[in-house]
Amino acid sequence: MNSLADQLLVLCLLINFAVLGTSRLAFSVRAVAVQGVLLGVLPALVHPFSWHLAMIVVSIIAVKGAVIPILIIRAVKKAEIQREFEPFIGYIPSLVLGAIFTSVAFIFAAKLPLAPEHEGLLFVPASLATLMCGFLVLMGRRKAISQVIGYLLMENGIFIFGLLLAEAMPVMVEAGALLDLLVGVFVMGIVINHISREFSTLDTSKLSTLREG
Amino acid sequence: MIWAIVLLPLLGALIAWFIPDNRKRPFVLPVFGVLHLAMTVALLVSTPPASPNGWIYLDSLGKLTLLCNSVLFLVCSAYAVGYLSYRRRRNNRILCMALLDCLAAMTLVTMSQHLGLLWIALEATTLAMAPLVYFNRNARSIEATWKYLLICSVGIAIALLGLFFLAYSTIVANQEVSLLLGSLISDASRLHAGWRHAAFIFLLVGFGSKMGLAPLHTWKPDAYGEAPGLVGALLAGGLVNCALLALLRVYQIAVASTEGALFQDVLLAMGLVSMAFAAVFMARQSDFKRMLAYSSVEHVGIIAVALGLGKGALFGALLHMINNAMTKGVLFLSSGNIHRAYNSKSTQFVRGAIKRAPWSGALFLAAFLAITGSPPFAPFVSEFMIVSSAFVQGNHWTGGLFLLFLAMIFIGMASTVLPLVMGKTPEGMEKTPYRDTVATVLPPLMLMGVVLVLGVWIPTPLQALLQDAAGLLGGGR
Repeated sequence: MNSLADQLLVLCLLINFAVLGTSRLAFSVRAVAVQGVLLGVLPALVHPFSWHLAMIVVSIIAVKGAVIPILIIRAVKKAEIQREFEPFIGYIPSLVLGAIFTSVAFIFAAKLPLAPEHEGLLFVPASLATLMCGFLVLMGRRKAISQVIGYLLMENGIFIFGLLLAEAMPVMVEAGALLDLLVGVFVMGIVINHISREFSTLDTSKLSTLREG
Repeated sequence: MIWAIVLLPLLGALIAWFIPDNRKRPFVLPVFGVLHLAMTVALLVSTPPASPNGWIYLDSLGKLTLLCNSVLFLVCSAYAVGYLSYRRRRNNRILCMALLDCLAAMTLVTMSQHLGLLWIALEATTLAMAPLVYFNRNARSIEATWKYLLICSVGIAIALLGLFFLAYSTIVANQEVSLLLGSLISDASRLHAGWRHAAFIFLLVGFGSKMGLAPLHTWKPDAYGEAPGLVGALLAGGLVNCALLALLRVYQIAVASTEGALFQDVLLAMGLVSMAFAAVFMARQSDFKRMLAYSSVEHVGIIAVALGLGKGALFGALLHMINNAMTKGVLFLSSGNIHRAYNSKSTQFVRGAIKRAPWSGALFLAAFLAITGSPPFAPFVSEFMIVSSAFVQGNHWTGGLFLLFLAMIFIGMASTVLPLVMGKTPEGMEKTPYRDTVATVLPPLMLMGVVLVLGVWIPTPLQALLQDAAGLLGGGR
């Protein structure tokens, strides 16, 4: 079972690169959604069955795999843009940086010991690498929607680590974290809508009236 | 009882939703503000026992924050009635609801003993504040909202990872996994060092960005500058204190572990950097609300320095947390009035406020003197405690830099505030309907009274509460 979990984690890492290398927003959203579904399946592979676990699996897949992508796709359609345009960090440099970050994550994770039952799993490097790739997308892109995608990628990275604790964490904390994420994306969706109405563009580099000096 | 105080503001939000009239709706705010303060006082007097699973308990640190938030909210809600009467055409349904939701979340922050619950509540405060920052619905405020939302969400997400690391360090140490504050503190020295170390870094970055410690403060000037005055007051007083409380929880664990000294050093450095940033950017600000944001960066810096010093400075840190929140309340509310009176917040046009809005101008001036640490106001007392503690500990560099930055900030802020209040109003400034009235002046005036009283006399129960809370931070149980 554990080798299957590792394979899924490698798939998560590959999805990071897919997001880093594309300019198509709808594709990025779908890729992040697939990653969310993988995240939902993972805990079922590493932990023994319990109703608590089943609830986590269902709610993660529902929120990350369906509700949030639908919210963002709707924002993409409303704003009538399909592509990221002239990002601050180009696609090839993004991919190279992503590769560097991923290897740094592996080196860093090697220094932190795992509990005996998680020995040999890729959870920690996958989590840190996804977190950093998400940060890269967040910093390197202009469009507000791309930045939300980066934020979601970061959240996925954090959730990958959280899966190690899936059994031990109380349901309420997980439910609360998911709910906060959902409301957060919802609010961001509304703000995006207003940005496109106010500036008739979603280019956040146009948001520069408040610069210092 | 203890749950009722969280549910009460939510009930208020529901009522605000159902009131159709834009004029009557704001009155919900002070009604629930009074009820909330009454329940807070009742909770302070008779502390209810911890909930069976230990998640909810109001310890003295939580009590201090709760009291501070409740008082500040009441003042802001009373002010909101007067303020919103000048903004009749703007629908205030979302504003009223978001304010009350935010109060509920802030209340939950103060009594969470489970760090996961604390995190959820803190994130909820961030989200509830977003529509408030965007109240003015123009291009500038949406830019501020976007920055605020993104930076704070990312920061707080990083804090979540820190919490996960902390929980995992208990698993690696072969203990029952727990995020309850009490058990984390008692097991702090037995947690796995590597994971614990990483956890502290992530938590510091996460909560630090929500608090606005430099260099993670970049959202602050925009959000504070564009939000209405009363929202600015709640951001600078309420939200900052909630984030600070979260940081204090981490501090408690750090002090109980072997890494206390390192954690304190990092806080000290970040505090001094924040003060330095504020000192540089405070001078020649052309927007007086943005100037207040840098003042907020300065004061979270002061608190961080005090936490970094530890020992005797802890009492000062907690006192300063209250003093800063109260004084910022006066500054933001009176600056909101001045903004209304001139319909501008550029220091180029806003001059001679003392003539156009005498009460607000005078309050702004008095609060400026208070926040820069002039006696006899309360921030003077707490800043004096902190700086004297630095010298007593033989930390002359810290003490010296602290005083230098305070002096620079005083000069920088005075060069903006004095012309703004005392100068000559430029010819041909447009007339505005705003006049100082009881509704918009009395709330900040009362708050200024509190700042003055706390400067000369700290009531015995508050003194006891502060000492108790400082004891908790110093490693006591």
